[in-house]
Amino acid sequence: MIMLEKRPQPSRFWVLATPALAVVLTMFFGGLLFLALGKNPFETIRTIFLDPLFSEFAWYYRPQLLIKGAPLVLIAIGLSFGFRAGIWNIGAEGQYIVGAICGAAVGLAFYPLESFIIFPLMILAGALGGMLWAMIPGILRVKFGTNEILVSLMLVYVAEQLLASMALGALRNPDGMGFPGSRNLAQYPSAANLELISGSGMHWGVVTALIVVIFAYVTLSRHIFGFHVRLSGQSPRAARFAGVNPGRLILICMGLSGALAGLAGLFEVAGPAGQVSIDFNVGYGFTAIIVAFLGRLHPVGILLAGALMALTYIGGEIAQSNLGLPLAAIQLMQGMLLFFLLAVDVLTNYRVRFATGAAA
Amino acid sequence: MDFSAINPILLLASLMVAATPILLAAVGELVVERAGVLNLGVEGMMITGAVCGFIVAVGTNSPWLGFIGAAVGGALLSLLFGFLTQFLLSNQVATGLALTLFGLGLSALMGQGYIGIKAPSFPDWNIPLLGDIPVIGPIVFQHDPMVYVGLLIVAGTWAFLKYARAGLILRAVGENHEAAHALGYHVVRVRMLAIMFGGACAGLGGAYLSLVRVPQWTEGMTAGAGWIALAIVVFASWRPWRLLLGAYLFGGVTVLQLNLQAAGFAIPVEYLSMSPYLATIAVLVIMRTGRAPGSLGQSFHASR
Repeated sequence: MIMLEKRPQPSRFWVLATPALAVVLTMFFGGLLFLALGKNPFETIRTIFLDPLFSEFAWYYRPQLLIKGAPLVLIAIGLSFGFRAGIWNIGAEGQYIVGAICGAAVGLAFYPLESFIIFPLMILAGALGGMLWAMIPGILRVKFGTNEILVSLMLVYVAEQLLASMALGALRNPDGMGFPGSRNLAQYPSAANLELISGSGMHWGVVTALIVVIFAYVTLSRHIFGFHVRLSGQSPRAARFAGVNPGRLILICMGLSGALAGLAGLFEVAGPAGQVSIDFNVGYGFTAIIVAFLGRLHPVGILLAGALMALTYIGGEIAQSNLGLPLAAIQLMQGMLLFFLLAVDVLTNYRVRFATGAAA
Repeated sequence: MDFSAINPILLLASLMVAATPILLAAVGELVVERAGVLNLGVEGMMITGAVCGFIVAVGTNSPWLGFIGAAVGGALLSLLFGFLTQFLLSNQVATGLALTLFGLGLSALMGQGYIGIKAPSFPDWNIPLLGDIPVIGPIVFQHDPMVYVGLLIVAGTWAFLKYARAGLILRAVGENHEAAHALGYHVVRVRMLAIMFGGACAGLGGAYLSLVRVPQWTEGMTAGAGWIALAIVVFASWRPWRLLLGAYLFGGVTVLQLNLQAAGFAIPVEYLSMSPYLATIAVLVIMRTGRAPGSLGQSFHASR
């Protein structure tokens, strides 16, 4: 019989090994899935995980890695603070949308004025918009004890409707001949989030993501706030004795994750996406949850996990156009990855014992 | 704007139909949470049920078999959650989220060949005598059979939790799993059964959307219904009868906003479409909820 025995301390080896094991398991079962769909599993896996980096068109795909990875890392870092403290903001998708709307609205308000101050103002507006949207579930949780999981998620659907209303109404391009969608910010130099080095994919969002990773690392390992976050997750009671104000912690964690999600939205709308449109959001807010867990809620881990997840997005698109693999299969594989990660995580905290009937 | 286009009797009648998918999913989740397990994967199980039900119903041309297929599909998917949380002791919040993401992908993949097909229709029952009562008849007694099946499941759940010995054991496991274990009850077995019941009910709720309410298959068609079901369980303070109130309240808001959209009310469509979600938040804030089951969301590991 198989028994689980609790480890006195989480295994250091398995903390690092479980994400790798989960990726290997996902590749294996993903391969079986592709086989069931009538594709060559080896070719498909290679297309998804290697072609974006090493194929003859890799010069086109490598910059995409930064463009797709930056929003994932930005959002996931914000979420990781809350997740560590047991505060579940799962509405990052909504905060991402509202950040984009607010930032774009500020930029569009200045059109066609050219000034160096416009882009910084947009960044501020994006972060503020996302933060305020995340504060709604935060404040309701602190004041009324409302479940932040449900409220933050409901607000995603509200934000999606708000996005539709903005794309069709207030922010619609007046010169767009009635088509939905705002003016293209990428063609408005003062508001555009352009590549800093041509052809590299490196835009302000990527730079911000890297800075945020470093800040998060220092905060979590060296700052008292990081200590309070970790303590609250491991033992809420001990945290109370250490002088942590739970209400304040909730508000800070929600506000922080919202601001980062809003920033991700702003950088996306001013750069790669270019405009506020009905189908602006593509699920980064939800994929970032997988990224946060895959990176074990650690800033450096999240950076790596974000890169890997961006790879599956790009590889998925290649597999879709070259091999006819349905996009849903990639979505399913991403879900699978989170499942395997949670499943093998048991090895971190428990030791597996094979006991005979008599010994048990 | 023409308010006379809104017929109050039809409005109340469609309210029961709009509430049924949420009610079905919520009653399943209620049993799961009373057993001390928080399954946030309702949305994923619902949409998987919706696609399984649709595939079976189209394949066999029988909506009844479709609903059975949906229940089986939802239960099978919930087994995954059960295995991870009960045997591998994973975090229930994270696993539930994973189940939702996984279910959304799985359903999109399974339903690829089924977009744009019509499901076999489910005739409305016109219950003789009762259905002929003016006003009340069309509102309450002229629906498809699943509306009444949903009500029966709620009534059955109430009776089971209140009067059955097994219901008492389930509640004990949910309130204090250590104590229940010490008394010799099989905590994990009870929870696995509850999780499967929750999955089956969520599957039924999803199939109600794809087979009766819409009735078509489109990707992501549940549009947050599973999350609203979770909210209604909290609203109901984990009591079956109050689920009815929550589900009908939600159904009322949904139906009313759809009618206002059709009547060309002055508020833009997008803002009307937000209202069910805003109403859910408002209800969560205003209602002082009762106490949650004592062991809700905690992993159980029997250490010797």
